Amino acid sequence: MNKLLFIGVSAALVNNVVLSQFLGLCPFLGVSKKKNTALGMGGAVLFVITLASFVTSLIYQFLLKPFQLEYLKTMVFILVIAALVQFVEIILKRFAKPLYEALGVYLPLITTNCAVLGVALVNVQKSYGILEGVINGFSTALGFMIAIVIMAGLREKMEYNDIVKPLRGMPIVLITAGLMAIAFIGFSGLL
Amino acid sequence: MSIILLSIAVLGGIGLLIGVFLGFFAMKFEVPVDEKELQVLDALPGNNCGACGYPGCSGLATAIAKGNAPCDACPVGGATVAKAVATIMGEQVNDVIKKVAYVRCAGDCDKTKTDYTYTGIKTCVAMSFVPNGGPKSCNYGCLGYGDCVNVCDFDAIHIVNGIAIIDKDKCTSCGKCVKACPKQLIELIPYEAEYVVACRSKDKGVDTTKGCEVGCISCTLCKKACESDAITIENFLAYIDQDKCIQCGKCYDVCPKNTIQKS
Repeated sequence: MNKLLFIGVSAALVNNVVLSQFLGLCPFLGVSKKKNTALGMGGAVLFVITLASFVTSLIYQFLLKPFQLEYLKTMVFILVIAALVQFVEIILKRFAKPLYEALGVYLPLITTNCAVLGVALVNVQKSYGILEGVINGFSTALGFMIAIVIMAGLREKMEYNDIVKPLRGMPIVLITAGLMAIAFIGFSGLL
Repeated sequence: MSIILLSIAVLGGIGLLIGVFLGFFAMKFEVPVDEKELQVLDALPGNNCGACGYPGCSGLATAIAKGNAPCDACPVGGATVAKAVATIMGEQVNDVIKKVAYVRCAGDCDKTKTDYTYTGIKTCVAMSFVPNGGPKSCNYGCLGYGDCVNVCDFDAIHIVNGIAIIDKDKCTSCGKCVKACPKQLIELIPYEAEYVVACRSKDKGVDTTKGCEVGCISCTLCKKACESDAITIENFLAYIDQDKCIQCGKCYDVCPKNTIQKS
């Protein structure tokens, strides 16, 4: 129980996937304009990463390891992640059309999101079991959601600020992300 | 050998399972698509250039089917596509004048000199940060580094002897080159237009001639010769209004520097 909590907190806050590991920056910068879309994106990523870490750790433990096919893990993981994202897209298109349209091209881009593959590979690297792997995945995605929603809140506020012309648009967002990353370093003393 | 077969079997098996899984759910959760949208998508050229302002041809098809975009929104398809789309949507469409792009600069390597050797990145966009707008002796002219060439999806622009030349027949007037040129040298003119002032130099006549042999010196001979009052002289530069031009060619005959060119 303690170990799971430890994994959870470290994945979500201390080693935040976006602000400490610098993975998954594309949707972080691309979908963080409005809080609602950011929440939707965070939710989609949460679903994909949790399910992906579950399925990939299952496949790794029961299919790849027994047959000594560990070297196939990158390809198999990518296959599984792509399938899951496609599945999420089908579901969203049917049940949440506005969110589907708002996310636009960033939804299929979750497939190539290094955060998803990164979590799956970290689970293997740290030899987590199935439950630990799922908790790791879930907390990583939670950390992603926290980061992207905070960024969306900041960006909505900055919308009305008078920013110097050269920094308008992406430059000020990147600077903000850097400052957020520095702020999150404060969590490193937590554990 | 068996290892290879095993890995192929595992990967293939997983792929197959995933395919079946996705196929089943795609059918179960299918979203009904508007019939008209599919028909409009068929009628559009399908090269996804984005000139209409929508994300690709499917984006435009959705907008037209919903009524958010007019039937002649596709500049690449021109009149034929506009008519086809109008038939599908049951609307009328006006005749569209076919336009092509034209680079308003005739100062190639023979007609201009180079002021200095430029060894930076070979892109036109950098010319805004470089002395005198570029190494060419004319500050307003085409530098031939080809930003427009890179952006053209239809292979209509080529750099010939240092300036960009547009092939009238390949140009689909999508407008991407117009936006790409940092010196705003490219303009959309009607396909039938024959005479254009191939210069955008706003310098006085003396300075223009120093920069380029075929630059416009605003001598106003063309304006006086024009039979339909289509030429205006502003900022030491002549400009032909193609809407008024009747293609008589008098300006072309009279121009002393050969700045007015046949397109």
